Amino acid sequence: MLPELGQLALILALLLASLQALLPLFGAQRGIEAWMRIARPAAYGQLLFVAVAFGILMHAFVVHDFSVAYVARNSNSLLPIGYCIAAVWGAHEGSLLLWILILALWTGAVARFSRSLPLPVIARVLGTMGLVSVGFLLFTLLTSNPFARLLPMPSEGADLNPLLQDPGLIMHPPILYSGYVGTTVAFAFAIAALLDGKVDARWVRWSRPWTNVAWALLTIGIALGSWWAYYELGWGGWWFWDPVENASFMPWLACTALLHSQAVTEKRGSFRGWTLLLAIAAFSLSLLGTFLVRSGVITSVHSFAADPARGLFILVFLGIVIGGSLLLYAWRAPRDNDGAPFAFASRETLILANNLLLTTACAMVLIGTLFPLFADAMHLGRYSVGPPYFGSMFYLLMAPLVLLLPFGPLTRWQREQASLPIKLLLPWLVVSLIGGAVAFVAMPNAPWKYAAGVAIGLWLVLGTLRFVRRRLAMDGQRFTAEMLGMTFAHIGIAVFFFSVLLTEATSVQKDVAVARGQQVAAGDYMFRFDGVQRATGPNYLSDRGTVSVFRGDNKIATLHPEKRQYAAGGQIMTETAIDPQINRDLYVALGEPIDARGGWALRVYVKPWVRCIWLGALLMALGGFTTAFDRRFRRKNETV
Amino acid sequence: MLRRLLPLIVFLALGALLFAGIQLSRHENPQALPSPLIGKPAPAFALPNLLASNKLRNADLAGAPYVLNVWGSWCVNCQEEHAVVSAFAARGIVKVVGYNLKDDPADAKRWLAQFGNPYALIMADNDGRAAIDWGIYGAPETYFVDAHGIVRWKFIGPLTDDIIDRQLLPLLPAKQATP
Repeated sequence: MLPELGQLALILALLLASLQALLPLFGAQRGIEAWMRIARPAAYGQLLFVAVAFGILMHAFVVHDFSVAYVARNSNSLLPIGYCIAAVWGAHEGSLLLWILILALWTGAVARFSRSLPLPVIARVLGTMGLVSVGFLLFTLLTSNPFARLLPMPSEGADLNPLLQDPGLIMHPPILYSGYVGTTVAFAFAIAALLDGKVDARWVRWSRPWTNVAWALLTIGIALGSWWAYYELGWGGWWFWDPVENASFMPWLACTALLHSQAVTEKRGSFRGWTLLLAIAAFSLSLLGTFLVRSGVITSVHSFAADPARGLFILVFLGIVIGGSLLLYAWRAPRDNDGAPFAFASRETLILANNLLLTTACAMVLIGTLFPLFADAMHLGRYSVGPPYFGSMFYLLMAPLVLLLPFGPLTRWQREQASLPIKLLLPWLVVSLIGGAVAFVAMPNAPWKYAAGVAIGLWLVLGTLRFVRRRLAMDGQRFTAEMLGMTFAHIGIAVFFFSVLLTEATSVQKDVAVARGQQVAAGDYMFRFDGVQRATGPNYLSDRGTVSVFRGDNKIATLHPEKRQYAAGGQIMTETAIDPQINRDLYVALGEPIDARGGWALRVYVKPWVRCIWLGALLMALGGFTTAFDRRFRRKNETV
Repeated sequence: MLRRLLPLIVFLALGALLFAGIQLSRHENPQALPSPLIGKPAPAFALPNLLASNKLRNADLAGAPYVLNVWGSWCVNCQEEHAVVSAFAARGIVKVVGYNLKDDPADAKRWLAQFGNPYALIMADNDGRAAIDWGIYGAPETYFVDAHGIVRWKFIGPLTDDIIDRQLLPLLPAKQATP
């Protein structure tokens, strides 16, 4: 009975979303106040019914109601309770429902926290979000109903994909989706501005905090995904340029460009059309990501079951939403694209460079991701585009970005004497280069990336701190939350580049066949293989290895890598064992048994600084959150 | 105006591409990676014989069709496939040659001792360099080369009886297909 109620709740949510979309949008065009006022209550109502549907699906998982096909396919009575809850979004139908719930939450938050906005603006913003929600609800109800029954009811479920039975997966999709869906808010504000015809600094100021929060969540989501792939897949890598990863990285790049361009538009009025376009692009890329992951158009290690019918639906939906908004842009975008004029040496120019580099990077990722498809459609054969393309392209594009980054905050809007920021930063550039040279001399055998990592890390940190010092030295000038956020984020970039380059330069990897008691040297560490025992988990059997790690004569860690065989389905999963520290990870994964006498294949990694890659991402996210709380965004009755 | 329509045009081109992608994924098995070698002579090779001290060359295999099965002791799917390959080789329809990929000869011999050796001959490609000429992605993979030394068929992944019956057997010369 309950699952039918869940479906009913979804249908009611669809009706409310339609109401939330149509009446306020028409009302705003015609100036009918009563229709515009529908937006808020409809948004809350939609949230309520979506939450009810989601709760019912979760309940079906918790009580193991295998008469629901989705529950039977993705859980099992032996599955621990935490994973039962995570299993709700473990496959296509449920993760779509999660997407809708998060969209409803964002909509509710916009409705709640934008009381000070003029009524037509809020009506248009909520209306646009309602339209998106209608599309996703229709998609769920027509092609991927999570409440479909399975008759006769099976006595046991098929279990959740073991790859997904992991704490990282409980958190990864909700946070990543929050970031994806958050781009809807900036998009909705952009559409509202286009519909309104007044494309000015106000809409940007209203949408900036939302963009920052969405960007921060997207950053955390991507970092969690990378961390999960690192310890769960057992390959020791943290980023694979897999189509699904690219699908989340493209909106991130677009959103990063958007953050910067929004700052220019808000403060100087320049780049108005460009900011609108980036807001549309960030959202479109989020949708495109959903499409790529779900349609089966591009095969990937972590994509959900492919279904062309679903793909076609999303494509049509994409066509309406993105095509429609780009048409609106072509028709209504501001014709005079100039705000306050700016000289060549100015912060505007630097942000323009930032935007060009980031959007080029985004386009390159898009091309690399879609090229195999293009080649296939043109009958050029089957290709796969891998790390060599993406890696070299990124070094090329990120190098100028890294060089220019510290100049941005130190350069004034509109016009700056080019010599001033150069004079402020030159000593620190020299210090960073000396640091890199010292690193090069100290580690003569390490590749150039080691020295580059040290130099870049120093340059970004020192350059950013130089801005902080200069700003604090100015009398009577506040150090705003926005500046603090920017500082956090830029230092996060420094930490990120530093650790990426050092990890790549100095990681040690050993693939060895070991017998019991045998030792493997990797870097400064000695790994001793102490054999494998049988162990039993709640829904799996496992071969649990023991590896002792020594540095000199001291035993510093005992690691237990596992090979698990899950009871339902019989899939074999590798569970890595990691001894983490801020400046290095010791990482062990079991391969295959080699002979009957207890010999195993073992993968041993020493990965310096790998943990700081995610720390850098967290710092960036912290910057995004901090900026969102700037006092300026909370001012009421803006004067323009 | 054109400048403002540009994003829309780019998007429409992208949409057309994605639509083509959906059409393709409807008709094809996305896992099928065709080999450029099909219909062409097998690449020249000179690889050590795993179980003897001589080298194996194209000439040693010329004149009769053979099935080339790529395996390694490190590969789980090869163990899974082993029973199928053994049963097929035992039928004696065609010579089954092993291609030991990126393996330690000692490990490979231990593997054969443990599971049994279905192969008439085994060439050992320890560093995987010759595998590039064949276009081998990994193990297991299986090729069929006819009596003229032309590659006729390639399959990626573990063999099953079904695949042998439906794909491989029809390619074999009729007189040899009847036991």
